[in-house]
Amino acid sequence: MLKYLLLTLSLFSAAVLPVEAARAEGTVALSGEVQVVRTIEEDGVSRETLAEPSKVVPGDHLLFTTHYSNDTGKEVSDFVITNPIPAQVALTKVGEFTVSVDGGKTFGRLVDLKASAADGTSRPATLDDVTHVRWILARLAAGETGSVTYSAVVR
Amino acid sequence: MKQSLIRRLTSCTVLAGGILLTSAPALAAGVTAGTLIENTASASYNTGTATKTIDSNKVTIKVDEVLDVAVASLDSGAIPIAGSSSLSFSVTNTGNGPETFALTADPAIAGNAFDTTVNSLAIDTNGNGVYDAGVDALLANGGTSPSIAPDGTLKVFVLVTAPAGTTDGQTSQVKLTAAASTGTGSPGTTFAGAGTNGSDAVVGSSGASASALGSLAASVANVALVKSATVLDPFGGSQPVPGATITYQIVATVSGSGSIDALTITDAIPASTTYQAGTLTLESTALTDASDADAGTASAAGISVNAGNVAAGSTRTVKFKVKVN
Repeated sequence: MLKYLLLTLSLFSAAVLPVEAARAEGTVALSGEVQVVRTIEEDGVSRETLAEPSKVVPGDHLLFTTHYSNDTGKEVSDFVITNPIPAQVALTKVGEFTVSVDGGKTFGRLVDLKASAADGTSRPATLDDVTHVRWILARLAAGETGSVTYSAVVR
Repeated sequence: MKQSLIRRLTSCTVLAGGILLTSAPALAAGVTAGTLIENTASASYNTGTATKTIDSNKVTIKVDEVLDVAVASLDSGAIPIAGSSSLSFSVTNTGNGPETFALTADPAIAGNAFDTTVNSLAIDTNGNGVYDAGVDALLANGGTSPSIAPDGTLKVFVLVTAPAGTTDGQTSQVKLTAAASTGTGSPGTTFAGAGTNGSDAVVGSSGASASALGSLAASVANVALVKSATVLDPFGGSQPVPGATITYQIVATVSGSGSIDALTITDAIPASTTYQAGTLTLESTALTDASDADAGTASAAGISVNAGNVAAGSTRTVKFKVKVN
């Protein structure tokens, strides 16, 4: 899992903002970032790119990234990043993270979770119900950096 | 190293694919313009001696205003028009911020058998779906609507007059266009700072302008009169000799659509004949000769019957008798 995450996240290294400002000696630092997914056409071929978040309107897709950096000088364990999803956006896909549909009380895979229907009965939870996402890394080596992401759409 | 590169590429494909697969849902209004979306992550970790928690910085996005509108006709079919009529439309703000719209009715549509004159627009002030003169606020054609909330709908009437000379069943269309006051253009056009709460205003998929057609059908009633005579001579025959009685029958047939108001049938008593008192009938019902409460009058000069409002597709029959001098 850790390996996968590292490999996955290194992909965005080109887009990673400098995190020097968040780098305080002796802690693990978190640095948040948001980008908007834009479709651009070049020679009749459309492709998706990540852009600075301007002209963001309902229906736009956003990529939320949290960069981390272990500046403690030694290995740490049980590294858990929890990200409450802003109420104005909805998760668009599951990923290498667990989710909560009850305000962060319990976490699990989306397919295993239930939500309350309007009539009070239980129904399978959907992406729309997700309130929090959580990443768990067993350990972070000294000086290790990386990032985690989730995709969402503006409601 | 080599293996790492391959796996890196594989991850890349997976992620990119995930983004591509998510299609933009068809949202009506969505998050209100000017709303701030704020995201903060937190983390905990174990240093071996203690558990620590940290927060990320807060990233904030302001939701900009989408300018979008939808217009639809609320009439179930062609509205009959005899003189003047009103067409009903809905104007829905499908954007995410309150917006006013320029409303313009165009009566000159290709294919029209006749073009109406747009007298005025009106807002359904009392919300009953029907134009109420003196109650619903008038708006000059081309004028600006009241502000419509996101996802809100305004009912608009277009008040039109038909030109003279239309024939029954001819059709005409009127187009109502609503254009966002902030601006219109190709989707994505931006009006910096023009949105709600200082947000930018961005033209949505509608181009911030939409229109719909309303239909009219001319309702014109025509009347045709057919007069016939039956002769009964004193000898039991049918010769118009002196002393013979002639029964005249006038049938008024209303065709087309709508109705004719105060249909009055008059006829002169022919020369060399004498009206026979008390023989005037309408639909076989006797009418007095005097000018009084009933529909008919008769004299030596002629007869007159007011058949009232007669709907298209129906007839009225008047009969009276004269004697040949």
